[in-house]
Order: sequence, then structure tokens, then C-alpha cells
Amino acid sequence: MAWTQEEIADAVAADIEDGWILNLGVGMPTEVGARLFDRAVLVHSENGILGVGAPPAPGEEDPDIIDPGKNPVTIVPGAAFMDSLTSFSLIRGGHLDLAVMGAFQVSASGDLANWRLPNRRGGAIGGAADLAAGSRRVWVMTTHTTKDGAPKLVRECTYPLTARGVVTRVYTELGTFDVAEGVFRVVRLAPGVTPDDVRRCTDADVEIAVPR
Amino acid sequence: MTASTGSALDKVVASVDEAVADIEDGATILVGGFGGSGFPTALREALIRRRPRRITIVCNNADFGGFVYDEGLVRMVCSYPVGATSKPLLEAIEAGTVELQLTPQGTLAERIRAGGAGLGGVLTPTGVGTDFEAGHDTVELDGQRYLIARALRGDVALVRAHVADRYGNLVMRHAARNFGPLMAMAATVTIAQAARVVDAGEIDPDHVHVPGAFVDRVVEIG
Repeated sequence: MAWTQEEIADAVAADIEDGWILNLGVGMPTEVGARLFDRAVLVHSENGILGVGAPPAPGEEDPDIIDPGKNPVTIVPGAAFMDSLTSFSLIRGGHLDLAVMGAFQVSASGDLANWRLPNRRGGAIGGAADLAAGSRRVWVMTTHTTKDGAPKLVRECTYPLTARGVVTRVYTELGTFDVAEGVFRVVRLAPGVTPDDVRRCTDADVEIAVPR
Repeated sequence: MTASTGSALDKVVASVDEAVADIEDGATILVGGFGGSGFPTALREALIRRRPRRITIVCNNADFGGFVYDEGLVRMVCSYPVGATSKPLLEAIEAGTVELQLTPQGTLAERIRAGGAGLGGVLTPTGVGTDFEAGHDTVELDGQRYLIARALRGDVALVRAHVADRYGNLVMRHAARNFGPLMAMAATVTIAQAARVVDAGEIDPDHVHVPGAFVDRVVEIG
């Protein structure tokens, strides 16, 4: 059985180490937050919060404490507010241990495309390009394929890139995969998922680690 | 009447309409805020009433549908042109009447800082190897390639503070700080709307987010 979205979030959270400072992208990665608020990690929000906490109780929302998706959040004890310069210095300066981001496509060489669909004008980049270029680790959390069944894990991205060669790990409903020099290497598979299941919906080589 | 009222350093003006009255056609206007947080709503409304023509807005988010009128907004510099009220703007971009300059958020912040700090621009790794390289020179230093992102300045900056004093010292609230301090540095005329304006000396100098030297006009919104 493939993992549910909650189980993917569990898998991501289980690999996050205590002491890390991390940023959760808009969309699916936000789901990871609920698993971290009572742990010894600090969640960064690029609009200027280090130490994002759980969503507020109804009626307790503060318009000046919001996450990157502009949803009301709270702060944890030990949190700090900062201006955008400090916030992006934190990101690009190598102070962020991890960014978990969504993806339209991720390539086997670690290229990330997550801000604009091809053949569309406009698009919205926000802080994604800085997070992808600047974080010490970039993990992608996404569905394995698009709604139409097209692979999102590909040899080469055909969508406009957010950053090149930055993604080291991908979490989908089928399992966890390391980006390893041109192949996706299986770290673990969801229960009942076979390597062939993964290969069928991946447009790149999938390598199975030698069992220990 | 207090010591700071009416002083040559007193920056308080009576209304938002007075504060924006001399914004000219063709102006480049920096606007603080991340979504609604830190967004100077009252100054924006005053600016729409003034209806300047051919303006450039620099604002991280782009809920600027109100500026889409004949010969109003011509250029939008932002990282995220999608928001609750951005439909008219997106339609104008699609129609080609508004030019969108999409800039990664961190690069936008650094360009504004450079403008305010007297620098010509910054070197950033953000966007290297992507479409964001278009229109930029690149340079390699110590084996790392960088984009050269030019400094960005405004004729006017509109920012929101929680508390201001008469000398223009500003205190922002929580995550509403975002772009305000850097935009305040980078404009010829910086206008701050504040929920409360106090006399000089009432803000603890240790708590000032924007020193008054960067602020030209202060309006109390209440």
C-alpha cells in the first residue's frame, strides 16, 4: 500500500534531526510541521519568523504572525522575528539545515522545478529559488506522479527550474529516494510497493540499494 | 505641545492624503508587507485616490488590482504576483499593459538593501542555472558562479509601523517587519503609517527597528 500524505509527512519528520533549523514550503510540506512543534527543532518562515508553532485556536489568530502561505500560526518559546534581509541571510548564508519543498518535477541530478508550469506566463517564485539555492539540504515532498499520471521524478526537468543540482532526497507515496548522481536510489519503500512499481512511474533510473 | 512637536525634526503629517500628495507620475514606489502583514493599507488607499500615472510598484506580494486603471500601473516588481485581490493585475500582465519583473524574494530584498546602502548591486547564487539568469551578467568568484543583481531604489517608500515617534523612529510588530526596514532605507521619500505616534524619547532606542534618518513622513492611522 502506498503511503498516505500523513505517512509521507511521518517519514520526512522521522528523518529530521533534533537541533535542526528548517523551512517548510507551502503545500504538502506544511503537513510536516504538526510533527515538529514539540521537538527540539526550529521552523523558519521566510517572512521573518524563526520558531513557528502550531496553528492558533479559533479567535486567537494574529495577522502579523503568519506562515509563508499566509495562514495564521503561533510562535514557540525562544522564537525570534526578523526583517526580510535577516531572514534571507539565514537562508542563503548556510544557516538553514533543511528546506522541505514541493515539486512539479525533480531530476535525478537534483534539479528542482516547482514554481511555474511550462507554457504559462507569470508564475510566482516567492522565496523558493533562495531556499533551494541556499539551504544546506533540500528535500522534496511530493506525489510520485501528476494527477494525469505523468512522472515527477525525471531524468531532466522540462519545466522552468527553481535551482540546479540541489535536491538530495525525495519523499513520495511510494517511498523515500536519494538523488544519487543521475539515479534515484531507494532508501525505503512503502509497504507492499515493489521496485517495479516505482520504475513504472519514474522517468529515470531507479536503483535498489544492496540489502545488508 | 511637547518638545518634539513642530521641531525641525518633526516628521508628523496630518493625513495619508497629505503624505502622498506630491507623489508624481512615473514614480517608482516601494511598498512594504508580506501579504497583509506589514502592508500599509491606508497609504495604499490614499495613493489610489491620488491616481498617479505610469507608476512602478515594488512589493513582494502583488495585491495591486486597485492600481490597474488607464495609464496607472505600468510595471510591477515582485516575487509573488498572486494573491487575494490580484486578479485585475494578473489580467493586465496577461494583456501586456503591466510589465511584470519577477524577482526571487531574497534577491528582491538584497537589491533594495543595496539601493539603500549606496551599493551598485549584489552577487547572489540564487537563480544561477535557471531562467532567472536572463538579463543578468554573471561572475565567478572562488569557483562559485553568481548573478549580478542591480540595486533598486524608489522615489517613494510606503511602510507600516506599529509605533512611530515624531522623529521618524519606527517599531514594527512581529512578522510585519519584513520589507519595511530595507525599503525605508532605499527611497528618496519614505512615508510611514503607524498605529500610534509618540513623542521623541518615548521609544526605547534599543527597540528601534528603523532609525528616523530613513523616514521622512509619519502618519498616525489609529
